[in-house]
Amino acid sequence: MPAAMIRELAESIRETLETLGSYALFAARLARETPRALWRFGLVVEQVHNAGALSLVITMLSGLFVGMVLGLQGFDLLQRFGSEDSLGSVTALSLLKELGPVVTALLFAGRAGTALASELGLMRATDQLAAMEVMAVDPVRRVVMPRFLGGVISMPLLAAIFSMIGVYGAQLIGVQLMGVDSGQFWSQMRGAVEFDDVMEGVLKSVVFGVACSLVAVYEGYHSVPTAEGVGRATTRTVVISSVSVLLLDYMLTAVML
Amino acid sequence: MRHTRTIELGTGLFVLLGFAALFFLVTQITNREFGLGTDGYRLTATFEQIGGLKPGAPVSMSGVTIGRVESIAYDFDEYRARVTLRIESSYDRIPDDSDAGILTAGLLGGQYLGIGPGSSETFFKDGDQIQFTQSAIVLENLISKFLFSKAAEEQPAEGSAKETTQ
Repeated sequence: MPAAMIRELAESIRETLETLGSYALFAARLARETPRALWRFGLVVEQVHNAGALSLVITMLSGLFVGMVLGLQGFDLLQRFGSEDSLGSVTALSLLKELGPVVTALLFAGRAGTALASELGLMRATDQLAAMEVMAVDPVRRVVMPRFLGGVISMPLLAAIFSMIGVYGAQLIGVQLMGVDSGQFWSQMRGAVEFDDVMEGVLKSVVFGVACSLVAVYEGYHSVPTAEGVGRATTRTVVISSVSVLLLDYMLTAVML
Repeated sequence: MRHTRTIELGTGLFVLLGFAALFFLVTQITNREFGLGTDGYRLTATFEQIGGLKPGAPVSMSGVTIGRVESIAYDFDEYRARVTLRIESSYDRIPDDSDAGILTAGLLGGQYLGIGPGSSETFFKDGDQIQFTQSAIVLENLISKFLFSKAAEEQPAEGSAKETTQ
């Protein structure tokens, strides 16, 4: 009995390492293909539309509500110390440095990542990818690369839109509803937020964009070609993207702080 | 063909919006004009010490916001900080011997400029300078003043200590 358990454990460790290695090799392949894929920009534009423009409404709506909640919570908290004037700097910093990139990445994994994974998985299941290989078209170059790059380009833009809408959402609640002075709101925000803070958020969102897009295209491309396999690939995309975004967020924050 | 045109249009709009958002995030850290614009009139005041006063901070009388700090500069003629205020035009009856002081809202709050009305019969006009100003209180100075005055009190207190114990 213990021998069987140890064998099972060893097997699962081996599988995990295999998956990790396979991810790394796939990432290296995508990195190698990037300059060539950027040359065929039309395909990338189409995918920026799919991954970015179609995620715009959900991103903006979430940004507005996250900002409004920050406005309410921040006001309530700061009021206890009599410093509700610093609401602007508190909300802007938390949106720019944390919530903007992280929440956008989670939404992106749910909205665009699943779409990518299931699309590629279905192409695999219906032998479209195999057909391309028969026609001597490299499916990674023709299908995977534009989708990957579309995601990588869209993510930072979505995160920036999220943060901007969030700041206005917080302003809406804090200034219009709770009566924080609008001059204090903006001037304190401007006093506290520095260029490096904005860049920290942008860098984070770029890293999350690469991570989420990589997971989505990898899981879709390597899915088991059955209906169940496509479903599993979609689920794994969300789970792996979300967990890796949160892990990466901790590491990036620890490095940059 | 039409299909790809709409896709390109949507993508273009999305990318434009994304870069506009980035631009907003980057530029919000620099100074930005406030909604007051050309409405109202300007006053100036010079201060020894402005503490944490920033452009955009409110100008208030008895707690009512009547304008904003428009700009802050250093005046090398007087070697003092020169603060330009923009007062809303409806508040046009501020006596010209009023005083201005830099105050703090709450313990950790932002600083603002308070105006206390004087008793003059003539009022401030556009471009006037407030003559009587009170600098921002710097906490370190306050503490050191308090400590020195305490130390000065201690020395004669030794002689009188016996009297109080008797």
